[in-house]
Amino acid sequence: MKNFESLMVAYLAVWAIFLVYHFTVARRLARLQDEVERLKDTLKQ
Amino acid sequence: MASPLQRERSGMLAVETLAVAALLGFAGYAALFIAPTEATMGLIQRIFYFHVPSGWTAFVAFFISFFASIAYLRTRAPKWDWLAVSSAEIGVPFIPVMLVTGPIWAKPVWGIWWTWDARLTSTFVLWVLYVCYLLLRTLIDEPERRAVVSAVFGVFAAFDVPLVYFSIWFFRTQHPQPVIGPGGSLDPTMRNVLLLCWAAMLGLFAILLRQRYRLEALRYEVARIRLEGSRRAEPVLPVGKRVNPEMAK
Repeated sequence: MKNFESLMVAYLAVWAIFLVYHFTVARRLARLQDEVERLKDTLKQ
Repeated sequence: MASPLQRERSGMLAVETLAVAALLGFAGYAALFIAPTEATMGLIQRIFYFHVPSGWTAFVAFFISFFASIAYLRTRAPKWDWLAVSSAEIGVPFIPVMLVTGPIWAKPVWGIWWTWDARLTSTFVLWVLYVCYLLLRTLIDEPERRAVVSAVFGVFAAFDVPLVYFSIWFFRTQHPQPVIGPGGSLDPTMRNVLLLCWAAMLGLFAILLRQRYRLEALRYEVARIRLEGSRRAEPVLPVGKRVNPEMAK
C-alpha cells in the first residue's frame, strides 16, 4: 500500500476544490434570488 | 412561492444532480478498485483517472468560452456573454485539480514536486490567464463594454489551450507522451475507466455550468429591475416645470 496516503490526499483535494466552488456558486445564486425577490417587492409597492 | 414550472425545473435538477453524483461515485470506485494497478508506478498512478479528465474538462470549458465569446462579438446577444463567463469560471477550478494532483503524483515518480517544463508552465499560464479574465470583468462596470473586452480577451486566452496540449510534442518535457490515441499503449480496462471518469467530470461540468449560467442570468435580471425602478423614480417633467395640480384643473 505504498503511497496510499498521497493517493487519498489527491482524491480529497479534488473533491474539496469542487465542493468549495459549488458552495460559492450556490451562495451567490441564493443571494441574487433574494435580491430579485426584494427588488420585485419594492417595485410593487 | 415557487411556480409549477420552477418546481418542475428544480425537480429535474435534483434528478440530474443525483445521476451525476452516482456517476462520480462509480467512477471513483472504478478508479480505485476496477482499474488494474500500474506495474512500475503502483498505487499512485491511480491519480491519473482524475488528473487527466480534469485537464480535458478544463479544455472543453475554455473552448466553449472561446466559441461563446466569438458568438457574442458577432451577435452582441447577452446570452453568449453569460455562457462565455460561466464556462470560463468553471474551467478555472479544474486547472488547480490538475496542478494539485500532478505534483502529488510527480513526487514519488519523478522525485520532484514541480519543474518549469513546457507542459507545466503552459498549464499554469492557462490558469493565470483565466483568473485574469475573471478579474478583468470585475474592473469594468458598463455591461456591454465589459462583455466586449472580456470576449476579446477570452478569444486570445483560448490560444493557450492547444499550446498546453501539444507542448509534449513540441518541447522536451518531463511529461510522458500521450497514452491514448494513435501510438498510445494504455491497457483497455485503464482506458475504459479513464473515459468513465471523464464522462463523470463532464457531467459535473454540465451541472455547474447550468447553475453558473443561471447566476449570470439573475445578475442581468437584477440590473434590469434596478433600471426599471430608477426610471419609475424619475420625475415625468423636468424640475422647475412641474404642473401645479390646482392650476391644471
